[in-house]
Amino acid sequence: MMAADAPLLDVADLGIQLTTSRGPAKAVREVSFTLRRGETLGIVGESGCGKSITALALLGLLPDSADVSGSIRLDGRELVGLADADYCKLRGNRISMIFQEPMTALNPMHTIGHQVAEPLLRHTGCSATEAKRQAIALLDRVGLPDPARRYDAYPHQFSGGQRQRVTIAMALACSPDVLIADEPTTALDVTIQRQILDLIADLVAERGMAMILISHDLGVIAENVQRMIVMYGGTVVESGTTDAVFSRMGHPYTQGLFRARPRLGARRGTRLATIAGTVPELADLPAGCPFADRCTLVVDACRAALPSLSEIGAGHGVRCIRTDAALSRDPAGVIA
Amino acid sequence: MQATGLHQNRKLWNVRPPKTGVPARMSVFLLRRCLTLLATLVGASLIIFLVLDALPGNAAQMLMGADASPDAVRALTVKLGLDQPLALRYLHWLGGLVSGNLGNSYAYGTPVAELIGERLTMTIPLAILAMGLTTVLALAAGIYTAANHNRIGDVGVMSLTQIGIALPNFWFAILLILLFAVKLQWLSAGGFPGWEDGIWPGLRSLLLPAVALAVVQAAILARVTRSAVLDVLREDFVRTARAKGLTKREVLWQHVLRNAMIPVLTVMGLQFANLLAGTIVIENVFYLPGLGRLIFQSIANRDLIVVRNCVMLLAAMVIVVNFVVDVLYAVIDPRIKVHEL
Repeated sequence: MMAADAPLLDVADLGIQLTTSRGPAKAVREVSFTLRRGETLGIVGESGCGKSITALALLGLLPDSADVSGSIRLDGRELVGLADADYCKLRGNRISMIFQEPMTALNPMHTIGHQVAEPLLRHTGCSATEAKRQAIALLDRVGLPDPARRYDAYPHQFSGGQRQRVTIAMALACSPDVLIADEPTTALDVTIQRQILDLIADLVAERGMAMILISHDLGVIAENVQRMIVMYGGTVVESGTTDAVFSRMGHPYTQGLFRARPRLGARRGTRLATIAGTVPELADLPAGCPFADRCTLVVDACRAALPSLSEIGAGHGVRCIRTDAALSRDPAGVIA
Repeated sequence: MQATGLHQNRKLWNVRPPKTGVPARMSVFLLRRCLTLLATLVGASLIIFLVLDALPGNAAQMLMGADASPDAVRALTVKLGLDQPLALRYLHWLGGLVSGNLGNSYAYGTPVAELIGERLTMTIPLAILAMGLTTVLALAAGIYTAANHNRIGDVGVMSLTQIGIALPNFWFAILLILLFAVKLQWLSAGGFPGWEDGIWPGLRSLLLPAVALAVVQAAILARVTRSAVLDVLREDFVRTARAKGLTKREVLWQHVLRNAMIPVLTVMGLQFANLLAGTIVIENVFYLPGLGRLIFQSIANRDLIVVRNCVMLLAAMVIVVNFVVDVLYAVIDPRIKVHEL
């Protein structure tokens, strides 16, 4: 038996190289994190920072041409290089995923009942009637009205929020140990976003699942997870407990993300702060810190080599050689 | 007593109307489609009638020969009913189509319905065999190449389909005859023994013509199938299905194919028309006594009454097949019924 505090999921030095039309691209490098049973972890970053690729790597669903290095261990079992047939036994069973687009994530030709029952039939070996009973209970739990009657309805007969509830029911069907939610509310109306996030949070607490919540929205991360990692240019630039990171942002990028959030009560006409420049192309990442070209604190040494993750507090790591300068910046500029 | 009454009442309140909605909608859909079908058939008959009527040449004159006396020609014209007004002749023909009494062939003197019916016993099995071969070959090649996208098998099979598309079917038919009938002597070079001696001799003689007809169609349909499957493989729900733990093969068969069938069915419906047109040429190459040869000969003989009914029959077959395709759309894709209403 594993020790109680041994990590459920242990990702160490994960690297992913994709083959693109512009040559090989290091989409992810030196990504490490652990997740304990019942723990919630947020991954935040802008589009193209490698967060979704990392999630797909955890599920073993990268394209065949992707080259994965490093290690992903689930309960001590190495998943990198695992044969697809073995991975299929884990997917939807011990690791599940909720995708961003509820409108296209469901098969339009299958009833929602069938789609929710599918992982049950596949992994638990229960009978069709039992799978149907459980699927109806799941649909009821995720708050789909009148699930028994709507079991045979098709996805096009539901709204976006309802479809996301269906995909959540699908992901939860086999009570997975790890739930990965990749921008689960980005495609939804703001009024629905809160409901869906609350539903996910309730279910995670109720079932003692570990969750990885991927978002570009710092607010969503702040409210929903215990620990967080900030990704930029395919690597982790800052990681730590949510409280620690929000109270002491050690990386200039994290600070920039925080400044760029929209605020209520800001003076009319105030422009939203932005981070100058654009995200580097993954196909030609600089040798040094990927944020160097957009950073106001940049020095020559930043461009020499990718800095290593150094601790600035208990379990709070920052991949920056200018952390001291960043931390000593006028806090008003950062926090206000 | 009262308690149960109340309970029952509440139950009554909660009971939703039974799900008659779906079948009712389906039958409305079918009814609308049937009306469209009927209108298309009438439209086709009108066009066929008018076009053939406008052709130069008098059937009575053709039958009597060039040196017949004008009186005799006029007498025959009256006898054939060709002197009546256009509208009346059209309605008379429509009545004949419904009752099956289509009149006698000018050239053979036998009832047209009998003549066509006899030929259909050969042409319909040929069309079914060719369409079946097309479907099997195309789906197998299309699914295989899509599942092995950009690998050697994909490139190889797709190159073969490129050749298949470029082949004229009559020329390919002659090559088949040279190989299987002349050189190997496995099959006969032409002719049709009929179904009296059992199914096998008949099928054997239809095999080469069916292959000749099917190869070009299958090459086109295989490419359509491949691209349809590849399109669906890029959809988000394919990734969802994989995330549930289904293997690639299961995702392909259980989630992808049904979604890919809509464009494939559309093309199959269109190909059926091509295939019928192809029989006219292929039946002549193989000396098969089918509908295609009947049309060919009747045109040469100016046997317009036979031509008109044969063309109507071919048009009706194409229209009905496309009607079936339309209905199949709705059976396959649950979204279509709703959009239609």
